[in-house]
Amino acid sequence: MIGGLFIYNHKGEVLISRVYRDDIGRNAVDAFRVNVIHARQQVRSPVTNIARTSFFHVKRSNIWLAAVTKQNVNAAMVFEFLYKMCDVMTAYFGKISEENIKNNFVLIYELLDEILDFGYPQNSETGALKTFITQQGIKSQHHTKEEQSQITSQVTGQIGWRREGIKYRRNELFLDVLESVNLLMSPQGQVLSAHVSGRVVMKSYLSGMPECKFGMNDKIVIDKQGKGGTTDDSGKSELGGSGKQSIAIDDCTFHQCVRLSKFDSERSISFIPPDGEYELMRYRTTKDIILPFRVIPLVREVGRTKLEVKVVIKSNFKPSLLAQKIEVRIPTPLNTSGVQVICMKGKAKYKASENAIVWKIKRMAGMKESQISAEIELLPTNDKKKWARPPISMNFEVPFAPSGLKVRYLKVFEPKLNYSDHDVIKWVRYIGRSGIYETRC
Amino acid sequence: MTDSKYFTTTKKGEIFELKAELNSDKKEKKKEAVKKVIASMTVGKDVSALFPDVVNCMQTDNLELKKLVYLYLMNYAKSQPDMAIMAVNTFVKDCEDLNPLIRALAVRTMGCIRVDKITEYLCEPLRKCLKDEDPYVRKTAAVCVAKLHDINAQLVEDQGFLDTLKDLISDSNPMVVANAVAALSEIAESHPNSNLLDLNPQTINKLLTALNECTEWGQIFILDCLASYLPRDDRESQSICERVTPRLSHANSAVVLSAVKVLMKFMEMLPKDLDYYGTLLKKLAPPLVTLLSAEPELQYVALRNINLIVQKRPEILKHEMKVFFVKYNDPIYVKLEKLDIMIRLASQANIAQVLAELKEYATEVDVDFVRKAVRAIGRCAIKVEQSAERCVSTLLDLIQTKVNYVVQEAIVVIKDIFRKYPNKYESVIATLCENLDSLDEPEARAAMIWIVGEYAERIDNADELLESFLEGFHDESTQVQLQLLTAIVKLFLKKPTETQELVQQVLSLATQDSDNPDLRDRGYIYWRLLSTDPVAAKEVVLAEKPLISEETDLIEPTLLEELICHIGTLASVYHKPPSAFVEGSRGVQHKRLPPRAGSGESTESPDVGQSGPSEAPPAVIPSQGDLLGDLLNLDLAPPTATVPSVQPSMQMGAMDLLGGGLDSLMGDESDTLGGDIGGSPSMGAGLGAAPAAMPASLGGAPAVGGGLGDLFDLGGGVGMPTGSYVAPKTVWLLAMKAKGLEISGTFARRGGIIQMDLSLTNKAMSVMTDFAIQFNRNSFGLAPAGPLQVLTPLSPNQTIDVSLPLSTSGPVMKMEPLNNLQVAVKNNIDVFYFSCQYPLSLLFVEDGKMDRQVFLATWKDIPNDNEAQFQIKDIHLNSDVASNKLQGSNIFTIAKRTVEGQDMLYQSVKLTNGIWVLAEMRIQTGNPNYTLSIKCRAPEVCPFVYQCYELVLKN
Repeated sequence: MIGGLFIYNHKGEVLISRVYRDDIGRNAVDAFRVNVIHARQQVRSPVTNIARTSFFHVKRSNIWLAAVTKQNVNAAMVFEFLYKMCDVMTAYFGKISEENIKNNFVLIYELLDEILDFGYPQNSETGALKTFITQQGIKSQHHTKEEQSQITSQVTGQIGWRREGIKYRRNELFLDVLESVNLLMSPQGQVLSAHVSGRVVMKSYLSGMPECKFGMNDKIVIDKQGKGGTTDDSGKSELGGSGKQSIAIDDCTFHQCVRLSKFDSERSISFIPPDGEYELMRYRTTKDIILPFRVIPLVREVGRTKLEVKVVIKSNFKPSLLAQKIEVRIPTPLNTSGVQVICMKGKAKYKASENAIVWKIKRMAGMKESQISAEIELLPTNDKKKWARPPISMNFEVPFAPSGLKVRYLKVFEPKLNYSDHDVIKWVRYIGRSGIYETRC
Repeated sequence: MTDSKYFTTTKKGEIFELKAELNSDKKEKKKEAVKKVIASMTVGKDVSALFPDVVNCMQTDNLELKKLVYLYLMNYAKSQPDMAIMAVNTFVKDCEDLNPLIRALAVRTMGCIRVDKITEYLCEPLRKCLKDEDPYVRKTAAVCVAKLHDINAQLVEDQGFLDTLKDLISDSNPMVVANAVAALSEIAESHPNSNLLDLNPQTINKLLTALNECTEWGQIFILDCLASYLPRDDRESQSICERVTPRLSHANSAVVLSAVKVLMKFMEMLPKDLDYYGTLLKKLAPPLVTLLSAEPELQYVALRNINLIVQKRPEILKHEMKVFFVKYNDPIYVKLEKLDIMIRLASQANIAQVLAELKEYATEVDVDFVRKAVRAIGRCAIKVEQSAERCVSTLLDLIQTKVNYVVQEAIVVIKDIFRKYPNKYESVIATLCENLDSLDEPEARAAMIWIVGEYAERIDNADELLESFLEGFHDESTQVQLQLLTAIVKLFLKKPTETQELVQQVLSLATQDSDNPDLRDRGYIYWRLLSTDPVAAKEVVLAEKPLISEETDLIEPTLLEELICHIGTLASVYHKPPSAFVEGSRGVQHKRLPPRAGSGESTESPDVGQSGPSEAPPAVIPSQGDLLGDLLNLDLAPPTATVPSVQPSMQMGAMDLLGGGLDSLMGDESDTLGGDIGGSPSMGAGLGAAPAAMPASLGGAPAVGGGLGDLFDLGGGVGMPTGSYVAPKTVWLLAMKAKGLEISGTFARRGGIIQMDLSLTNKAMSVMTDFAIQFNRNSFGLAPAGPLQVLTPLSPNQTIDVSLPLSTSGPVMKMEPLNNLQVAVKNNIDVFYFSCQYPLSLLFVEDGKMDRQVFLATWKDIPNDNEAQFQIKDIHLNSDVASNKLQGSNIFTIAKRTVEGQDMLYQSVKLTNGIWVLAEMRIQTGNPNYTLSIKCRAPEVCPFVYQCYELVLKN
């Protein structure tokens, strides 16, 4: 299991050092600093073995978190734990920075004592932790006996993510379907790979211990229901219209509140939600993705000292919808000496420090087209190696789900308290963002 | 108010101040002080001196302060065991506290204090806590048993804690179950045979129930534990799988991977014709792909595991090639792993896509990645035959980029392609040869040399190419040297006429001048082969090579099975068994997959990954060091046959090490060659001397039975001279002074035998007979070893050449000059006297190579006054050639050092009378003048040694 956990600043100075196992000595702290933080070259692996000691590290801004062990631990678990540790810290004091860590070091030690026992991760749900690990540390004395046992039963209980007795005057639910659409396209416009990775994020402000049921246009569910009445091709006929009736989800994962066995057998998503914001599920689709933008690049080398670039972008969604925060990034060679840009819409600028032309458009409606052309002057070099031509990348935000996912229902039952599904105010929002959206040129 | 200020106090007297603050009456101040102490502890300062003061703060109802003090205790208790005892009372009291959080805190902390005296006091509170009414305390106590076991295993067993822990597996609270499972698993690891976990269908059922309810971490503990269970039959196996599959949808990647581990393991027991088996296979792919959208570090772990899974069961991910395409912004470690998997998944169906991607990658920035991409193209060519042509043309395009490392990688893989598809792509050789000069890496050089050797008959200037490599033979790595040796031998067998000298040169370089036993042995084997039976040599060296198989870098099957049992863990990341990186008893157990399901396995099974006993294990191309094995194919030559055939050649002497063999090899061309051997002075000398040399060396080891022993003998002893320098004959006795007899001659040392070569010419009018010769006493006791053999009368105007062997056992008298020899020759007419001077190199013996250490010591030992310095002018040789030349005359280079562009050669010489001469030769590149320093206990020989140097180097 995890033998020790260290947090360093960018200089390699230790900010937090907690050792759980006898086989990890103080020298391990230095070994990591010398071999990884102070190493000259780029990190070649997130797992490093130095003198039969294994170091797992993740970096958040310029803070290094390293877990150390001498055993054959579950590596995936160690990384998941490190991420969780970051989440917990963020939930407690915001951004992970040297300043914040120093300001909260006592709290961090307290957390580390609680969520890692002898190197075994324990309950690390912030909701539960916040009930008894507080920044002031004073509350804990004032707990009554009942409160205390309530804390422990929550920390160890089946529903470790939610405490009892939550009350809201107004029962409200916010549901965000956040998708990031990823694309890799060849210069000729052939889709090399495309997928959507989506998340359903919920903010729930519900009283009591509500039982929720979430439904979406999952192909498997729809087909199953459709068996009785309509035939299979009903889905297909709808494709040309406003949207697909059902989508094929390649895979999905759920927050630990979701009853996985029920999903496995009935494909229904039922759960008792944590209070506040959390990620209910993640999913991935690869079929019938709506690619909101198409990028058409044209790069021409004019002699050895000049490049002509023309990029056309086409929006591919309903004209009534508006895409926002559009940014096209066109890489330029390292030996660029000057750039002239002309664009039809938005603003474009050559950023020498980033080796790219950045073209920004605030808004763009569907089924439109825009174009940028640039002349790039190059310094003559005797560098033999050709310019690697990094892909043109794009950022944007659209108000729909590129996967075609639709929320069909979200039902709330709370048998003990007297509010019904109809009393809950529900908000649903779809946001599609660009993930890695690249076109090679 | 923030805590960061505690990090900044670094002034002197700090400890003293802290002490005062810790003993303050004010609670707030106390707490502040403890925080400062912890901050100092974190940055590595020693604050153990404050132990009693800190422990005094323990008695408090402020939970935060208490936790800080505990933290301090855990760190320093070991260094202050006596003081730590002071804390015990508080701990024991806290374990009785009403607040379950405090009870748990106390038992948790106590377990972390590794002091024997405290552990004794721990037992009672721990026993209580294990049965506490509060699950939070129980789950903490469960882990505490593992802690205690780590400190004192015997105590845990004696106190019966293991049984209590086992009972906790049936606890009503899932988290308690999970922690108990974790603790038991860890303890069981250090007792391989204890059967501690005692998994049976009932406990498995309990675990599976808890699995649905506990935290994500608990699920991991339980799944990891389940993976070590061996189901009784396929039905149980299936029912466990059914209950584990829902975990594949968990958001926590570690849960998913541990579930995959259980499934991969238990699947092994399912019959393949079972519907469920297919369903399961289908269910595995999506979660594995989803892992690739996790954070990069987790992606890395996932990819390393997928690499194993793909090798074990390729069918799972065979349609998922695209998800492994590299993204521009992926960290390099993710890119490299993806590339690896792409190659494994490459098949006829997707090869076009893969190739297009690989070509794209080959233009990226990261050198390692580019190299791997180029190599991958080659692997595709070998794996998917239909794509070979496209791969080769892609590689050629890449070679045209002239990017140094791309070219080198491309050449390395093209070598493999040649081997896989013989006689298909050789047309590209010309392009490869164009890039010869840019190759600076051993692997690429070796590959290129292999290609030149293998296709010598198609490359017009193969000999020139190889010769150019040979120049710097000693600076090459072993890999290249071995390759060069083999390639030249191949070339020789293919084009014997022109490459005679070349092969001679490489054989002598390999056998005499190398310290590498592999190289030397291979050199001798070739030499013998060529000299004994060139036809056999041809069969051996130019034997048809076995085709290489497509799969590369596969993990060895038993290791793969073990690693599958360790999916998700470090072992699967390192691709090494735990025993390779874990110390002590832990992890030494080798895990194994359950035995295969026997039923229903038939030939139409799509499972390619099963390398069952019936299938031949795929031949693996070792990624490196393959050159040794594949080229010589030593095992092809039956060893029993070679031994006897070596024997006679040894007895005869290696006279025609090459000559005799060549006759049969070359048939009608032997005439020209025969002349060649005799004529060329350098080689003639070398070969001619051999008969004398061989018995000399064999005499030491009488009638050795096998060939091998002899080989070693040769290596250490006589060696194969490349030809010591022999001066042309000069006239010693003028005809007018000797009544018509003219004698000219020279001296030579051939294989340890000193010879005086004489030409006797009769310039008189009458026949001369009855020749005899005698020497006056001389400095080194030279004397004729036999009579002067002039058998036929010497007619007028006739010249006869005689070789007179000399010994050094004659009477000694110091001459002036030292190398002067006074000779008397008698014939039927008169007795004539003359004197001549012999080069001192005549007396340099073959075992004159001094041990390095001895050399150093001797050099120091000889007084500096005995050192003589000389300049050798106008030598245009590099140090290696020079040292080779000198070695031919038994001047041995012991060491070479290069300092600031200067080569320093350290050399030794031994004279027949046992005098050692040590020399240091300085060669500056570009400067034709060498500086020679000679040290000898008999300094008078120095100028003569210098003379020899000059003679040898200038000729």
